Amino acid sequence: MMRVPAFQYYRAPSVRDAVAALRDGGAEAMLLAGGTDVVPNLKRRQQNPALLIGIGHLPELRQTTNGAGLTLGACLRLADVADDPRVRAHYPGLAIAAGKVATPQLRNMGTLGGNLCLDTRCNYYNQSYEWRQAIDFCMKAPASTGGQACTSPDGTGICWVATSSPRCWAVSSTDTAPALIALGARVTLASADGRRTIPLEDLYANDGMAYLTKRRDEMVTAVHLEPGDRSWRSTYRKLRRRGSFDFPVLSVAAAVRFGKESAVEEARIVLGAVASWPVLVPESASLVGKPLTDDAIEAFAEQASQLAKPLDNTDFALGWRKKMARAYVSGALKELRGDAVRRP
Amino acid sequence: MRPAHNRLTVNGELREVLFDATKTLLEVLREDLRLTGTKHGCELGECGTCAVLMEGRPVLSCLVLGVECDGADVTTVEGLAEGPALHPLQEAFADRGAAQCGYCTPGILLTAKALLDRNPHPTRGEIAEALSGNLCRCTGYLQIFEAVEEAARTERTDPPTQGRTYRPADAQARPRAGDAR
Ligand SMILES: Cc1cc2nc3c(=O)[nH]c(=O)nc-3n(C[C@H](O)[C@H](O)[C@H](O)COP(=O)(O)OP(=O)(O)OC[C@H]3O[C@@H](n4cnc5c(N)ncnc54)[C@H](O)[C@@H]3O)c2cc1C
Ligand code: SF4
Ligand code: FES
Ligand code: FES
Repeated sequence: MMRVPAFQYYRAPSVRDAVAALRDGGAEAMLLAGGTDVVPNLKRRQQNPALLIGIGHLPELRQTTNGAGLTLGACLRLADVADDPRVRAHYPGLAIAAGKVATPQLRNMGTLGGNLCLDTRCNYYNQSYEWRQAIDFCMKAPASTGGQACTSPDGTGICWVATSSPRCWAVSSTDTAPALIALGARVTLASADGRRTIPLEDLYANDGMAYLTKRRDEMVTAVHLEPGDRSWRSTYRKLRRRGSFDFPVLSVAAAVRFGKESAVEEARIVLGAVASWPVLVPESASLVGKPLTDDAIEAFAEQASQLAKPLDNTDFALGWRKKMARAYVSGALKELRGDAVRRP
Repeated sequence: MRPAHNRLTVNGELREVLFDATKTLLEVLREDLRLTGTKHGCELGECGTCAVLMEGRPVLSCLVLGVECDGADVTTVEGLAEGPALHPLQEAFADRGAAQCGYCTPGILLTAKALLDRNPHPTRGEIAEALSGNLCRCTGYLQIFEAVEEAARTERTDPPTQGRTYRPADAQARPRAGDAR
């Protein structure tokens, strides 16, 4: 049996109290929202915080507000996000992504904020303590930390995926982040010092260990979406071995706004699970100004797939995953163009 | 670490429980409340056998920390039958051979109950989707889907109190759910 190691628990009565506890707890404190990432990590001793700050129950983080656009509280359950009629009508890419996370039970537990801050994943890291001990752990969770994740290399662990690499290549595996970045979402971060709102893509760094740019004492309180305008179309495609349970091995989120004569006015395409952060494809701008013809789609899909540099630390064969990146980008764009294509 | 003290409603009864504060809800249910109907599987959220209902929604008790359950309303498989009358889902599972070793059954029954409470006439596709977080290594799922469909039909026609009466002899005659862990 895998037991959770000892910890102190603080059920925060408000966001203000949660961020104060986060500041006072320093490196030893960790937020607990739905717990579906934290609890397995505790059981495998990948994480071992002295203090868990419970926020999943806070009503102020479980609200959806309509104003200029839609604001989603960080502790909304993924099932509620996926089922929300406003999300389904105006931001289908997000509804699809949230509805494809894990399993129905996990979506009743897992939160939007927890999904955005999900730990990066790797076949050499998401293993039991004994398994990792047998390979003498790795850079993300070196022996010097007792096999627990740390956020900067301490020089004692190696990376089993790229043994001469100075960095960790663990994979960003969140489903909702690519979908939200494609939709141009912003996130509000709160700390004891106040609040700030940043574009969601700026929350991430391409580093398997320090994968979030926010400070330790900051928490995500809400996600903001621009007004859902009918000319924006969005979708999400996820590759995984089983149609349930599994994390993405590749995902493509696409949002496109069409103008007159079906010409693209704006396009944002994001690849998930191909790096330590969600990859916003810079060439998305090249789609602007012309209709999505087969040629335009294929040329773009080829360019975008060059950004997918899969390593051998998730499921499936490398070469095949790269080929699928191209197929998934092209499928997503054809779907947004209006073709009757089946979504995987 | 000091033990935790919670008050929670389990199967409609208010329970007060003192437990090791590192325990998950699954461990509190099985070890402290002696409700061993909920099964220990993968312990990592990857199988669904530990599913229980919290505020009527299926969740995985292996990933819920006990300390977060103060004031919660929990339903386990022990809460499905009403007195001696089995829940229509339990009857349909027995009649259709939807339980073989039975290890996955408690989690599936509760997840299916939550589905029928929300959507009394689900399609086959909706049933498969609702149960897509519950692994079964014995039945091949078909009997499970059929049993849920049958229970949905029964619920429509029969009041729940007319269920078949549970006799301890039945339990002995049938293979018992494994309780190895
Ligand atoms: C079997 C299984 C399959 C899964 N499959 C998928 C999948 O397919 N796709 C996927 O994306 N995820 C998957 N997950 C992971 C997880 O269930 C989801 O990502 C979930 O949304 C995490 O949310 P949570 O609230 O449970 O996070 P928690 O476990 O509570 O927290 C996760 C991390 O985020 C931090 N955190 C939580 N809330 C905040 C906040 N408001 N501000 C700042 N930091 C915060 C925590 O400190 C922790 O580091 C899976 C998990 C399991 C067990
Ligand atoms: S990518 Fe390398 S350092 Fe990072 S978790 Fe995997 S093996 Fe460890
Ligand atoms: S024991 Fe909880 S999901 Fe397997
Ligand atoms: S009946 Fe044996 S696992 Fe489902």
